[in-house]
Amino acid sequence: MESTMLLAAEGLSRYYNEHCAVENLDLHLKKGEVLGLLGPNGAGKSTTMQMLTGNLAPTTGSIQINGIDLLEEPRRAKQHIGYLPEQPPVYRDLTVNEYLDYCAKLHGLRGAGRIQAIHLARERCSLQEVQNRLIANLSKGYKQRVGIAQAILHNPAVVILDEPTVGLDPLQIREIRKLIRELGQEHSVILSTHILPEVQAVCDRVQILNRGRTVFNDSLTGVESLEKIFFELVYQEDPALADLEAEKME
Amino acid sequence: MNMIWTIALTEFRRMFYSPLAWSILAIVQFILAWIFLLGLNEYVTQIQPAMAGRENAPGLSDLVVSALYLWAGVIMLAVMPILTMRLFAEERMNQTLPLLTSAPISISQIVLGKYLGLLLLILLMVSMLTLMPASLSLGTDLDWGKLAAAIFGLFLLLASFAAAGLFLSALTRQPIIAAVSTFGLLLFLMVLYISGNSQGSSSQLFIYLSHFGHFLSFLEGLFDSSDLVYYLLFILGFLLLTIRKLDNERLQR
Repeated sequence: MESTMLLAAEGLSRYYNEHCAVENLDLHLKKGEVLGLLGPNGAGKSTTMQMLTGNLAPTTGSIQINGIDLLEEPRRAKQHIGYLPEQPPVYRDLTVNEYLDYCAKLHGLRGAGRIQAIHLARERCSLQEVQNRLIANLSKGYKQRVGIAQAILHNPAVVILDEPTVGLDPLQIREIRKLIRELGQEHSVILSTHILPEVQAVCDRVQILNRGRTVFNDSLTGVESLEKIFFELVYQEDPALADLEAEKME
Repeated sequence: MNMIWTIALTEFRRMFYSPLAWSILAIVQFILAWIFLLGLNEYVTQIQPAMAGRENAPGLSDLVVSALYLWAGVIMLAVMPILTMRLFAEERMNQTLPLLTSAPISISQIVLGKYLGLLLLILLMVSMLTLMPASLSLGTDLDWGKLAAAIFGLFLLLASFAAAGLFLSALTRQPIIAAVSTFGLLLFLMVLYISGNSQGSSSQLFIYLSHFGHFLSFLEGLFDSSDLVYYLLFILGFLLLTIRKLDNERLQR
């Protein structure tokens, strides 16, 4: 059990001055699992992801990636993380190939291993057709795919994707979801989103955050309507809003 | 070290993917060539005949070459902010910084890599400039020691500009603000030199604090290790501040 646990975060809290963005959050991820991180705007999803990827230091708590402490040995732990932030961090003045080559070098891939890794990532994200084009000239969907390619390039144990399907057309959303499901077979994936059907389509387990706390954390088998659970948990503190949502659902 | 080089070379290459580096190199070279020709013309037609026969007369290296490097320093005061503004501010604006901060590299490696990339451009610029006085050696004897001091002094001056610009670029997400504040800081240091020399209120401290005073002694062919130390401290100080600033971002916001 312990050996297959790829990511273990315990007691994470994050304060911005007085404001508490994330409070006492536990997050665990097993090998081959796709975890959906859900929550309304401002629930602390992005903050949590920034902490898990070492971009933000938690106020309290510990994070273990593949058994390595992220706060003690950030450089070694980061080798095992692939991260796609909300905005894909792509350099617009490079071509897809140049960009991926740079990312591979940043992750310490050398020689034949680098070429192979780029080739594989390109193939998995269907980027062959655009490999020599400038990223600035690509559509939003392709930029997103370049971002995902960057995240899986170094074959990390944990892939963390922050709202990967925002702003894509339905066809692209379907392709990206398919890709995420594929990734879930070899890597462990954490995915944050607003879109409930997306969670039901790709995730094995879901963790719902509200105001920085976990309010739900369970597998999706046997869950009839995620939507119902979500609204009950998130809006129970605000009856007016809950009624409104209930009306909408009917 | 490998990572620093990787970042530096990519930064250097990326500067040439946009017209920015090309146009800056071309314009600076054009203006300095004009200044060089003016100086040379004046020397050949006016000064040389007047100096003929005198003992210990100032030569070509003193009059033309030093002036050229001084001008290069002054012009780069305005140009360097444009080169440094993009380093971190642009990454912030395009939200590409997470790529570097999520990669298994330390903040110091990121900062040093970016700085080294810019130093490569400065090196290129200084060597392009040096081609002009070096071409004089075809027809006359140059004071090579003096030229070397001027080259080294200009390189240190530009490196100190770059370090200050790098720090100010890390403070903001608007490249323009980074450029304006860098220009302001560099100009202020020059004003400090002027006010240190002004009559009635001259101050050795102001002259010491300004980077221009140290540059001028290099132009006179004087290699004083205290000047070198001044520049190294200046650069090191701003690099450390940049590293601290980016590190703080992770810790607190």
